[in-house]
Amino acid sequence: MKLANRVAALRAFVVKETRHILRDRQTLIILLLMPLAQVVLFGFALRTDVNDIRLAIVDAAPDEESLALRARFSGSGRFTTVATLRNPDQLETRFRRGEADVAVVIAPGLASDLAAGVPARVQIITDASNPNTGTTMQAYASTVVAAWQGDLRGARAGVRIKPDIRMQFNPTLESVNLFVPGLIALVLTMVSALMTAISLSREMERGTLEVLLVSPLRPWQIILGKVLPYLFLAFANVLTALLAAWVVFRVPFRGSLVLLLAASTLYTLVGLGIGVLIAARTSSQRTAMIGTMLGTMLPSTLLSGMIFPVASLPAPLQLLSNIVPARWFIVVVRGIMLKGAGVTHLTTELLVLTGMMLFLLVVATRSFRERLA
Amino acid sequence: MSEPGSPVVVRALSKTFGKTRALDNVSFEVRPGELFGLVGPDGGGKTTLFRILATLMLPDEGSATVLGRDVVKELWEIRARVGYMPGRFSLYPDLTVEENLTFFASVFGTTREAGYELIAPIYRQIEPFKDRKAGALSGGMKQKLALSCALVHRPEILLLDEPTTGVDAVSRREFWDLLGALQTSGLTVVVSTPYMDEALRCQRVALVQKGRLLAIDAPGEVGGRFPGDLYAVRGTPRHALIGVLREFPHAVSVQPFGDTLHYSDARTGLGVAELTAELATWTSARGIHDFDMQPIEPGIEDTFMALMGGVAE
Repeated sequence: MKLANRVAALRAFVVKETRHILRDRQTLIILLLMPLAQVVLFGFALRTDVNDIRLAIVDAAPDEESLALRARFSGSGRFTTVATLRNPDQLETRFRRGEADVAVVIAPGLASDLAAGVPARVQIITDASNPNTGTTMQAYASTVVAAWQGDLRGARAGVRIKPDIRMQFNPTLESVNLFVPGLIALVLTMVSALMTAISLSREMERGTLEVLLVSPLRPWQIILGKVLPYLFLAFANVLTALLAAWVVFRVPFRGSLVLLLAASTLYTLVGLGIGVLIAARTSSQRTAMIGTMLGTMLPSTLLSGMIFPVASLPAPLQLLSNIVPARWFIVVVRGIMLKGAGVTHLTTELLVLTGMMLFLLVVATRSFRERLA
Repeated sequence: MSEPGSPVVVRALSKTFGKTRALDNVSFEVRPGELFGLVGPDGGGKTTLFRILATLMLPDEGSATVLGRDVVKELWEIRARVGYMPGRFSLYPDLTVEENLTFFASVFGTTREAGYELIAPIYRQIEPFKDRKAGALSGGMKQKLALSCALVHRPEILLLDEPTTGVDAVSRREFWDLLGALQTSGLTVVVSTPYMDEALRCQRVALVQKGRLLAIDAPGEVGGRFPGDLYAVRGTPRHALIGVLREFPHAVSVQPFGDTLHYSDARTGLGVAELTAELATWTSARGIHDFDMQPIEPGIEDTFMALMGGVAE
């Protein structure tokens, strides 16, 4: 076949595939609205923000500075002071009975320490029986202390302060900021892996694949023709998710949109490779769908750091998470969105994704044989 | 035909799926410009044979060439030159008639316009519905569209796997008229069918059963391969007659054909009058009246049944 004919064949394939997508109205609407619905639902339902934290304060010798710090906590809106104690001995019982979530222990002589330029000693103790909320509560308490310290620094020069523990890039600790990148990964996985797997296995079921195989089209042309239209759908989804996140939750976007779309293309190609692989190994649309759900959606949600931080997973799962593409992609999206990171900051992640993409596309093209099984 | 020699040469082809022997040492040749039929029941190995010829499957043993090219080594040369219609209708139901045709033309490296001349006699019949979705066409129209799609790149040979299964009788006849016209224009056509009436329209047929080729001949000649003599038998009540005849100790086969039964006897050299008298006595003793029996020429179907019976044993 001449090159011009090959290009024409590929073009016809893309047109055909686009028609399939556009004419299946219901699926199209679901695909387009999915990112919107997911951002809103996940954003509201799955946030790990904690309000009404029960606070126990141990202030052995109240002075004006310790009172100021206590006022900070009660004024933050997130903490309810349930006990003010003189002695830390009673804390353990309070925690055991579940009467307090966080305790702030202020060492005696806070004001004089500060005046003398000695580091202030404030201890934060958190009930970490639920590690996720525990971390969050700890972080909230730290921010309150940090904010107080920050003001002190402004008011009195020469005050020595403990290490700054302010939460970078997400000062209000809005969990939705961390979810949106994960959602983008989830939606892209769905569109790329799931939809390619379904559309390929549909061709197998209909018998059209038999004709396509007999045609002079090479396997890579068939795969490319399938992939391109979904790439555009994926772009639309990324933009919808970003827009929804900004409009509803004011999630910031600090980095380069072009870089994000480029990274999304990379990730979508990874997903498409997985989709083709799954379709090549299953015999019906239904099996392909279940296979993709289990093979991509679950790891993308659970092992990617989208909901549970990778660091809090058991060691074997942490190891396993390295082969989950979403785990790398989420780091990239968070970096670009929340930190405004550029390519140089994300080299490792982007290289890993590129490697995965090349590997999967080669394996997919191979497994998508020139012949029937 | 640009190729000298036989457009299809199959030599000792075998293919096994698990424990099933889909093709068992099959050999045949198709002559240039021939309408060649593969006849046999479903699951007989016809589809496997087509898939090997269409370069979609590899044979386990043996070899096959299509248009002089090896189906294993020269698949891309073959693919550009064959028109293949798989067993199920391979169209996109959500695309219109015209879109389907345009797509398959482009995929095969041509355009609808370039291939129009060849498909015109067929496509003209469905052209009034060119903006209709292929999924909304009747079985007969779908099949004409599928044939148009298989022909649009002007192939040198057509491979059609049970193209008329699930299509009404009138459309089937029309479809075979089209195949006849294509063959007259010089195109080699290999087609499979489970219907005997369609087999009669081929120039030569191969009877396929359980992966084996039982006979290859012109459909008219296949009848000559029937072992022994054949009789058309009538009697009332007809449903009882089948059982009564099958109980007859010398009966080889008793098959219903239209309003008669086709009967063959195990013994040879028996006079017609002798056998008639014997059977009349046997049946009337078992409650059959209006008995009548005439010797007939075996047809392709009789031969097929007889040969199939041989394999089954």
